[in-house]
Amino acid sequence: MNTSPVVPDAEHETVPIATNDDVVRARQLVRTLAQRCKLSLVDQTKLVTAASELARNTLVYGGGGVMRAGLVRRDGRAGVTAVFEDSGPGIPDVEQALTDGWTSGGGLGLGLSGARRLVDDFVLDTEPGSGTQVAVTKWAR
Amino acid sequence: MAYAASDRSQGPEAEGANPVTKQDISARLAELLAEQQESLGGAWVEAVARTLRGRISLAELDRELRELYAALIQGLRGDGLDWQGDAYAELRALLAELSRARARQGFTPTETATSVLAAKDVLAPADDTPAEDIRSYLQLSKLIDALGLFTLEVYAKTREEVISAQAEQLMELSTPVVKLWEGVVAVPLVGTLDSARTQVVMEKLLQALVDTGSDQAIIDITGVPAVDTEVAQHLLKTVVAARLMGADCIISGIRPQIAQTIVALGIQFGDIVTKSSLADALKHALRQNGADITRSGGTA
Repeated sequence: MNTSPVVPDAEHETVPIATNDDVVRARQLVRTLAQRCKLSLVDQTKLVTAASELARNTLVYGGGGVMRAGLVRRDGRAGVTAVFEDSGPGIPDVEQALTDGWTSGGGLGLGLSGARRLVDDFVLDTEPGSGTQVAVTKWAR
Repeated sequence: MAYAASDRSQGPEAEGANPVTKQDISARLAELLAEQQESLGGAWVEAVARTLRGRISLAELDRELRELYAALIQGLRGDGLDWQGDAYAELRALLAELSRARARQGFTPTETATSVLAAKDVLAPADDTPAEDIRSYLQLSKLIDALGLFTLEVYAKTREEVISAQAEQLMELSTPVVKLWEGVVAVPLVGTLDSARTQVVMEKLLQALVDTGSDQAIIDITGVPAVDTEVAQHLLKTVVAARLMGADCIISGIRPQIAQTIVALGIQFGDIVTKSSLADALKHALRQNGADITRSGGTA
């Protein structure tokens, strides 16, 4: 794991996530950033899909929240970071939540675990009763 | 208010024993406005015409604003400064009409609100206006602000209506089911696939299968920018529903980046036939139907 500091490149944008339309907006913002960061088409699609999953999790399981996204830099490499935050019920069993096929709702149970595989850095911070924060980053090659 | 505290104030309200009531203020305002209806109305039309820069005919603007002006006097006489009162019903109706028309014609919110708020500049007191009338003007100014906000609210609502109407149209337009061949129908999907749209797609596709007597359905996702678990789940449900009706379903238009993303996400399409292009899917569907595909001069 690379421990060099991640430096934000300019101001990060915030998108509230309260409706399905907001999920689309969050996705569009991440796509724009990914294009600006010159990620490859595959990486763009992967990051956008991960953002889509996490935004929907924020909405459906976290009861809504915000996404902050922007360009970052580490050791001279550019990347895109998106942080999803909600103050919902939190995740009681993180291991279980990250297991393929496990869902507390009606989904396929691949959102959270799939999102982790789609990005380079994945940090999940949660506590039952006080919300969940997921930060994901994709670095340009 | 500074004017009330000032010793230079004139009239009986200076003693504070007999303050001017709201009725007096509105009666005075109505009187002042009626007195100068011709000149002030003209100045208002002129001020607004400047901001709209000829995008609306002067005659029309003149008619609109003079109607508003008359309705304002009527409101002041009937209900004083309470713009939500019955006497203001006509003014509100006129404002709503103006606002809707502006929203439809593509005027900006600022331009729309300025039509109302410009009245404040026109009615602004001169240097020699008595303090009493200045106080009345401040009340009127508040009233006009409220009316300006009302106008903006109607404007926003109208725009929202236009947007939701367009969204509905888009929903209908963006999910055509086309017959590609005898026994083969296809739905080219474009854009974001959410629950509401999937529902429309599914209904249309299943109905088309019955109507055309087809047993091959192709869902083309070339135009879907990202396939996440929700979209995949919707697609899977549609395929299962088509199968229940005895039809085979093919998903086509899977681009390289989508394929890699689906693999990383861990989505299983199971035994569903998937193809990278619509042409391949059609070929497959025709073979399934027992058709021979030959090219003149050789086999395809």
